[in-house]
Amino acid sequence: MKRATDISRPLLPGWRTAFLEGLRDGTPIGLGYFAVAFSLGITAKNAGLTPGQGFLASILCNASAGEYAAFTLIAAGASYLEVAIITLITNARYLLMSCAMSQRMRPGIPFYHRLFMAFDITDELFGINIARPGYLDPAYTYGAMAVAAPCWACGTAIGALAGSLLPLRLVSAFSVALYGMFLAVIIPPAKTDRVVAGLIILCFAASFLAASLPALAAVSSGTRTILLTVVISAAAAALFPRDPKEEES
Amino acid sequence: MTSNIYIYILVMAGVSFAIRALPLTLIQKQIKNRFIQSFLYYVPYVTLAVMTFPAILEATQSPVSGAAALIIGIAAAWLGADLFRVALACCATVLILELFL
Repeated sequence: MKRATDISRPLLPGWRTAFLEGLRDGTPIGLGYFAVAFSLGITAKNAGLTPGQGFLASILCNASAGEYAAFTLIAAGASYLEVAIITLITNARYLLMSCAMSQRMRPGIPFYHRLFMAFDITDELFGINIARPGYLDPAYTYGAMAVAAPCWACGTAIGALAGSLLPLRLVSAFSVALYGMFLAVIIPPAKTDRVVAGLIILCFAASFLAASLPALAAVSSGTRTILLTVVISAAAAALFPRDPKEEES
Repeated sequence: MTSNIYIYILVMAGVSFAIRALPLTLIQKQIKNRFIQSFLYYVPYVTLAVMTFPAILEATQSPVSGAAALIIGIAAAWLGADLFRVALACCATVLILELFL
């Protein structure tokens, strides 16, 4: 793994190697995406999307929670503004990851690399990119994207297509894959961060209450998610502000 | 109001890309505001937790298998299983339990 530091070139020498490494590291992620996207496809179909529209949404959005929440709102006949807000809230973490990546860009890197690299920031791809030492290598990022993004989009399309053909038993089983993915994101940090652990328990309780209370249960689940996220995150930020030094991950 | 699916997709895609691209293209320095930093740090965990429960109970044919998938998923993630394995463990839990329920 040789790394060059010539900043005058758009791509580093040895970009082919980096691209192949990206492909290699992106493959297991792509497999996981395919399985999870399958269950997302079932949600897309329930919201009235065709497999082609599911593919389009996934190849353009590359977001699990964001797409899921948006599809749920679309199914409920929500306004475009509501869909925009829920997409903003559920993808807000990518804002933070994008900030983190901006600190690791090679000085003088062409602007278009920033745009293309931003396109597929996901929890997992962010993870493998940031785990590499030194400046981020666009070729590596593109290699990982090249396998992960099509898997995500094809999984969605096939889920929307086959979801209705599969026995109910299998659909039921596949439908929890998405929640498994959410748990894989939120549980590991809870092991070392007590505030996060406490927050997750609080969120489960608050979300359960909000779904049961007649006054709140009347609002759509997407709107409840927006309200709860803003209120709980703001309260947590006020009560338990983060030490800036801890964010260097 | 009649809504067009393609406009929905366009809205989703536009917002998703803007969120990812704006910091990476505009912000060249570290964000200093501690409240905003903390808020952004907590948002993902809160959103995903809120979306997981109690929704997982309604995703399956029986709430019991949804609850079991939640517990197994938490356990698997706690023990260090990756994304694919956690998702698989949840699916397998539901599949096996619903053979009996």
